Amino acid sequence: MSDFYLVYKNLIRKKLRFFLTFFAIFIAFLMFGALTAFDKALNAGVELSADNRLVSVNKINFTQPLPISYVRKVQTVEGIEAVAQFNWFGGYYKEPRQQVMTFAVDPATLLAVYGDDIAIDEERYDGWQKNQQGILVGKAVADIYGWKVGDRIPLHSNIFSKRDGSSSWAFDIEGIFTAKYPQADTNSVYIHYKYFNETQSFGGDFIGWMGIKTVDPKLNEQVIKAIDDMFANTPYETETVPEKAFNQSFIAQLGNIGLILSSVVFASFFIILVIVGFSMALAIRERTNEIGVMKTLGFSSLRIFKMVLMESFMLIFLGGIAGLFTATYFLGFLNNAPQFPLPDLILSNDIILKAVIIMVFLGLITGIIPAVNALRLNIITALSRR
Amino acid sequence: MTDKILYDLRGVSKEFVKGKEKITIFDNLNMSIKEGEFLAIMGPSGSGKTTLLNLLGGVDKPTSGEIWFNDSRVDNLSESQLAKWRAGNIGFIFQFYNLMPMLNAERNVELPLLLTNLSSKQRKQSVATAMELVGLSDRAKHMTSEMSGGQQQRVAIARAIVSDPKLILCDEPTGDLDRKTADEILSMLQLLNRDFGKTILMVTHDPSAATYAKRTLHLDKGEFVEKELTT
Repeated sequence: MSDFYLVYKNLIRKKLRFFLTFFAIFIAFLMFGALTAFDKALNAGVELSADNRLVSVNKINFTQPLPISYVRKVQTVEGIEAVAQFNWFGGYYKEPRQQVMTFAVDPATLLAVYGDDIAIDEERYDGWQKNQQGILVGKAVADIYGWKVGDRIPLHSNIFSKRDGSSSWAFDIEGIFTAKYPQADTNSVYIHYKYFNETQSFGGDFIGWMGIKTVDPKLNEQVIKAIDDMFANTPYETETVPEKAFNQSFIAQLGNIGLILSSVVFASFFIILVIVGFSMALAIRERTNEIGVMKTLGFSSLRIFKMVLMESFMLIFLGGIAGLFTATYFLGFLNNAPQFPLPDLILSNDIILKAVIIMVFLGLITGIIPAVNALRLNIITALSRR
Repeated sequence: MTDKILYDLRGVSKEFVKGKEKITIFDNLNMSIKEGEFLAIMGPSGSGKTTLLNLLGGVDKPTSGEIWFNDSRVDNLSESQLAKWRAGNIGFIFQFYNLMPMLNAERNVELPLLLTNLSSKQRKQSVATAMELVGLSDRAKHMTSEMSGGQQQRVAIARAIVSDPKLILCDEPTGDLDRKTADEILSMLQLLNRDFGKTILMVTHDPSAATYAKRTLHLDKGEFVEKELTT
């Protein structure tokens, strides 16, 4: 027998109370793990944004187009390594609910700008470049629809139509790309701009936006100014911003999801604080006489203080670790769910570290008052309570 | 019993302040207990028996005066020093057993040994010896809630003797037991005193319990009121 054993036996002596408080902590940390991973996945684009990448959009709104000629002009700006172009296709597979994030790009420049993120077999990429009707599919999309290289698939657009009046384009899957970082998004597909531009019925020779890679992040300011100055006072003025800022503003349009999630997590932990704090205070109060007996036998007040605090930590850590463990399985289940629209939800080390810090904080806050009460408890008073 | 003084109370006073009123429990109380004694202290409620026991057990301190144990002064020790001193020198037996309900009998007995440097194996051995001495070896794994009052008090006795203390303090050890069981418990205390040389101080209301002691002191209003009886 040890102090640890005594603490454990005290903790589980009232089985129902132990189970209910354990369960409350378990749920709180399960929520914390899942929601924080969700928030992180939502912001993965921001976190993974490269410092030397810029995004240039129409100054009016990023949904407004820019002339294709801008790409060539921007490439001449000093300090730029490569420029990639994008058009939002607005694609879906068989039914509108089966949305596929489809971008029309120039295969010759895509990897020059985003080669640090996209992982693809070189041979497959070459094959895609050569086939104008080829499509490069993100692994997440391929997994959802069971697509494989060699398949010919139809994609419909809910924005554009073809010159023959239909809105269905046929594509050959030339390659499936993965991400170089675990949380980078593979929920998109790339098609040839040329094929898209030549077959669409309106809005030709325009692009949606440009992704720009600078030679050095230190040159960003200079490059941004040069690009926006270049197109100032034209019908299509540009607004160029660092990729991180662009992704942040994009996320912000969804609403302050982070604040909502933080509020939910904060509320759940506050409730835990009250429940566990009350439960611990009650448990120690019920044991006043026993604490008096232990002190009489020779257990020092400091030792009793540590044991009460240890009990609080043990309860929080048991529930917390079980909650995080379950969150890992829950996230794994979500990641494997068909049509899950986010990058992989991961219970990363920094989330686990945050959870441990919260556990320590909760353990301390919920245990300190009962522990101090036990520390200060007078033996004679304690023994008189039965 | 030897002539060596184990406990010596010199001019001990104890006062409590209740509101504006000062209550004196003892005033200049002198008393000594010899090593190997079995002493019963009797007296009506409010006579100061429990306060005296608390002072002797080091769970309370006198307002003035000195308490000496084995030639060392103990009333001026700090709280943590007193805790250590209690663990090493005193075994406690309470009226309502005061066992830990979440532990089985042998774990209850082992509790004071957590305050020693004994290894797990040595602790087990000491617990087994104590359990055997109180005749509960076969019930060592039982929860105390599954035991009768007499058996629980025997577990409490095993807990009190397991660390081999010099002095055992008993606060109404038979107050919650029937006559037959009380006699068994008192005989056990007598055996511990006679065969193992334990010094025992027992506070009791029960005159027949006091007959098991070698000496009885009557306390009333904080004073020993009549000449001590020796059996």
